Amino acid sequence: MSVELALEDVVFDYPGGTRALAGVDLRIEPGARLAIVGQNGSGKSTLVRHLNGLLRPTRGRVLVGGRDARQRHIADLARTVGLAFQDPDRQIFAGRVRAEVAFGPRNLGRSGPELDEAVAEALETVGLADELDTNPYDLGYSRRKLLALASVLAMRTPVVVLDEPTTGQDARGVARVQAIVERLTGEGRTVIGISHDMRFVAETFARVVVMRAGRVVLDGPPETVFEAAAWPALASTYLEPPLAARVGARLGLGSTPRVGSLVAALRGRMADSSRG
Amino acid sequence: MTLRLVAATYRYAGAAAPTLHDVELRLEPGRVLGVVGPNEAGKSTLCLVASGLAPATIGGHLAGSVTLDGLETASLRPHELAQRCGVLFQNPATQLSGTTRTVLEELAFGPRNLGLPLPEVLARVEWAAAVLGLEALLDRDPQRLSGGQAQLVALASVLALRPGHLVLDEPTSQLDPQGTRLVGEALGRLAAETGTAVLIVEHKTGLLARLADEVLVLDAGAVVRSGSAAEVLADVALEAHGVEPPPAVGLVRALEAAGLAVDPALLEEAAG
Repeated sequence: MSVELALEDVVFDYPGGTRALAGVDLRIEPGARLAIVGQNGSGKSTLVRHLNGLLRPTRGRVLVGGRDARQRHIADLARTVGLAFQDPDRQIFAGRVRAEVAFGPRNLGRSGPELDEAVAEALETVGLADELDTNPYDLGYSRRKLLALASVLAMRTPVVVLDEPTTGQDARGVARVQAIVERLTGEGRTVIGISHDMRFVAETFARVVVMRAGRVVLDGPPETVFEAAAWPALASTYLEPPLAARVGARLGLGSTPRVGSLVAALRGRMADSSRG
Repeated sequence: MTLRLVAATYRYAGAAAPTLHDVELRLEPGRVLGVVGPNEAGKSTLCLVASGLAPATIGGHLAGSVTLDGLETASLRPHELAQRCGVLFQNPATQLSGTTRTVLEELAFGPRNLGLPLPEVLARVEWAAAVLGLEALLDRDPQRLSGGQAQLVALASVLALRPGHLVLDEPTSQLDPQGTRLVGEALGRLAAETGTAVLIVEHKTGLLARLADEVLVLDAGAVVRSGSAAEVLADVALEAHGVEPPPAVGLVRALEAAGLAVDPALLEEAAG
């Protein structure tokens, strides 16, 4: 169930010449929980589309499970890397929720009870279990996003890529996405998420890759990517650390990218001062 | 430039029950009204109704009254509506015309359809691009933009119509923090300087805290709370409606729940 991913000096030019990736080196260990962040147009979506063969590098190599993606069949890559698009409407095409979610696993050769079970489980996970016979376009945007996510989950791929999964989600939807990411990594799968919400990123992911103009400029756990020393680099990509990190730095508590780490640091200080 | 909904109840064609119930809303010139609420609350439907697209263009049944500058939207023709009220859909891919080859043409599409003379069309394109910092994208193919860039272009194409009212359905959902800030500042300036009335649906309550004068909470198709932005966004009941509080408010609550407190002034400053 675990697959290593690697990009080696990947350059990608869109037809017309726009350079979207300008030499990306990245190794993603099996079971990683990794977020990709960066300015609009910095190459985040382009990068992840290389992982399942939707795009092929102009230069460099993409390795999926140690093998060059170029030499792997697209169906084989689809079995390995599931990608939920940023825009659910580019993904959804069926007239019924059930058919939409069944499409992927059926193409992977699943059928009968196994297929039904994969569909039911995926819809349950995203909270759409009651909508089996609904037309996807009768769902609002936020639930279409969750449906697109369910279609990817149903394929049970070892790698799951979520392109801006929290867009349009309310607080409960964001919490749901967070729980899904945790569950997938708990199963040993690799989860790669793209997001502009630094709070969500810090709370949900173990590793953060920051991109600027088609290159990786920062890469590490939230504690280092959002620590005060990294803020200038972060600012060069027009990103701001989460509020908990800014408050922690202001109070001289070190790097506290998560609410939980800020709480722990504040408690630690109180304990110190009561002892002193 | 006033938008009013009086006892507006709207049901989609073929739907058993209405999506909006008895919605009352008043938006004055130069004011910004934020709309928040959980998924499926009817926020996007409110945008369609407030802008007059529903029921005129998409069908369904409307009871009550929806007026722009005192005129019933139902009595206005499509081009009259478009000039009075610019509407931005949630998905920019739905908004872009799909018929143009460059962003410049895309921004010119609306003004040209209004029959404006060419110099005026170009002046508006230039202005709309400048407002959202899109000058560098003018030669790009609208179909080959990143999600966030497409969203900015879609918004600029609405601004180029220079409508007196703006109805925006999550205009920053795909934007990076800088883009979000830019849109917030541009809309604030537009309202203050030109008297444009802005209705904006947003999950980013931090943005509304900076931008909106008033905030309305929609849940299950009904207005459950409305008032000044500061008041509504600080309301603890917001979370019960699935609405995330602004980051500073949320952090204070998380700390309080852990029995901790941070100087509010410091927090304000850190929140910027």
